[in-house]
Amino acid sequence: MFRRFRPFAAVAAAISFSIPALAASGNADNAFNPAFSLILSGTYGTLQRDPATHATGFAMNPHPGHGQGFNLSEAEMGISASIDPQFHGAATLALDPAGGVSVENAYVQTRSLGEGFKLKFGRFFSGLGYLNEQHAHAWDFTDQPLVYAVLWENQLGEDGVQLKWLAPTDTFVEFGIEMGKGRGFPGTERAKNGSGAGAAFVHVGDDIGIEHSWRAGLSLHRTRAVERESVNVPDLSGNAVTNLFSGDSRTTGLDLVWKYAPNGNIKERYLKLQGEYFQRTENGDLAYDTAGANVTDSYTVTQSGWYVQGVYQFMPRWRTGLRYDSLNPGIASVGAANSGNIIANYAFKPSRTTLMLDYSPSEFSRIRLQLANDQSRQALTDNQFFVHYIMSLGAHGAHTY
Amino acid sequence: MKKILFPLSLLLMSGNAAALNVFACEPEWAALVRLLAPEADLYTATSGLQDPHRIEARPSLIAKARRADLVVCTGAELEQAWLPVVLRESGNGKVQPGSAGYFEAASAVRMLEVPTRLDRGEGDVHAYGNPHIQTDARNFLPVAAALAHRLAQLDPGHATDYTRRHAAFERDWRAALARWEQQATPLKGIAVVVQHKGFPYLSDWLGLEEVAVLEPKPGLEPSAAYLSQVLETLRKAPAQMVLRAAYQNGRPSEWIARRAHINAVELPFTVGGSDEAKDLYGLFDDTLARLLKGLQ
Repeated sequence: MFRRFRPFAAVAAAISFSIPALAASGNADNAFNPAFSLILSGTYGTLQRDPATHATGFAMNPHPGHGQGFNLSEAEMGISASIDPQFHGAATLALDPAGGVSVENAYVQTRSLGEGFKLKFGRFFSGLGYLNEQHAHAWDFTDQPLVYAVLWENQLGEDGVQLKWLAPTDTFVEFGIEMGKGRGFPGTERAKNGSGAGAAFVHVGDDIGIEHSWRAGLSLHRTRAVERESVNVPDLSGNAVTNLFSGDSRTTGLDLVWKYAPNGNIKERYLKLQGEYFQRTENGDLAYDTAGANVTDSYTVTQSGWYVQGVYQFMPRWRTGLRYDSLNPGIASVGAANSGNIIANYAFKPSRTTLMLDYSPSEFSRIRLQLANDQSRQALTDNQFFVHYIMSLGAHGAHTY
Repeated sequence: MKKILFPLSLLLMSGNAAALNVFACEPEWAALVRLLAPEADLYTATSGLQDPHRIEARPSLIAKARRADLVVCTGAELEQAWLPVVLRESGNGKVQPGSAGYFEAASAVRMLEVPTRLDRGEGDVHAYGNPHIQTDARNFLPVAAALAHRLAQLDPGHATDYTRRHAAFERDWRAALARWEQQATPLKGIAVVVQHKGFPYLSDWLGLEEVAVLEPKPGLEPSAAYLSQVLETLRKAPAQMVLRAAYQNGRPSEWIARRAHINAVELPFTVGGSDEAKDLYGLFDDTLARLLKGLQ
């Protein structure tokens, strides 16, 4: 196997992964050492509205949006291997179709700290929530739920350290804390010593008989934004302005996943239900219209959102799924100086209903059709249609629950 | 008082030390552990009705692996879709691949169907050979020897117990092998169709001749068009029966069986795959009974 993939091995060596000449012990990762994988993915999208328009009430949040027509998604290149008996390393590089390479993940995880402790450091997806850690190729829908899109810019990536501890109990009980730079939204990257963002989470899970399994989680996240810029924000006079926010950001999340498979055999049929809720309070100062009036006063808002979804594999290779998204922009308390400028109450709750059908010719390929009725922009209903392919080459790493 | 307490504390201590915590990936290895280390605190990660390639790294599995002293699995990439995550997430340094607490049965036996061409175009092939080694009863001899040795290494206080139980197992198993091989004489040279390439070791042991596979490539579901093709082959070169494992969907086998006028035989494949396959002896008693019935 190794000989066949020599060009890849050369790539891997170039990005400074050592290739230990371990004797093949029959362990999966050693067939390719390091394990190398590439995800090829692309979409065709039909939208009725301008994809650049933000969800109503979330103009100061990220908006990952969708592509129209034929689009190549980022190719995800993954390399992972045991570094030595103590460490495991993994990197995921995203090859942007427009050119350029970005580092999605590049972390080292301890293998033998023991007593249930695991330390991870580098760049990684935060362990908060349920979907946050999953790579795009493992998503059940073509896009992330709205709440992930607006509160985490699809996924919260962190440069930092994560410590997890698994309790020695029969039931799965895991605690995790993270400290990081706070580079991703809602934080802002800034030069300072110490930690820029922190997260803590608890996951509990178990089986009920051989057919049911579940996992529930509680997450907390805190960071600070400094001069976080938002452009094209509508104001009370109907203009689009640029605002800067500086202040504290605290988020609480709840997640629950429940899976059912007859006889526990997921090859045949299974049902997966999940839901997550996030609520974020931001408290600080907002500089309104920095290019014009430039008025700064206090600004506090609590935004929230949730989704529930079900995915059903009704026969081998075929799955269907339904998802409902809802967002609440909250009512902001705006300092007196800006009360005539900033929209405090949008009186609209964005929502979306999504239906998907996918077909997997093998474990390594998937083709999906997705329909969405997007009501996330007031008076701008958008019926969206996507065709999406996801193909996986090379080592197929094990997926998380 | 001291006289009573001392032996009591000894008993308690030995009781604690003896309770090795074992995480078995598949029921056949759990059954073997049960014979070699009956006092072990044993957890079986999968059942005979689950496709062993397709298991999820569920929270419960991670929690069980966290407390294990020994993980006993087939290896040879059978569990690659879930075990690496379970072991990594367990945070248990004792059972990571390469350590004494990690045992792969496949490393003790001679592997069949080691691919000369590793290409996903060939389907879900395993680089180290076909991992379904438990369908050849002879394979339990080298695996039991290696496992007894590993148990003794991890729990040296009871090394003599493991050696003794292993000797008894080897004696009983050889007697059973002779019986099974005697029973299987009519199966020698019999042409069979298999639904998934799950039985090369069974065929190798009993001299069955696999003339067709219902899956076009390993791990790919048989399509109607492909089944018709197999049916055409069977018209020219008939087979006696079509074999499938208990965890597999019966439809493709039944479809072929009806049209080619052959018997569809569901084999337990592992302990728990049928009501009769309660332990390792029951597994092979039942496998042979079902194969012999398929001859009729």
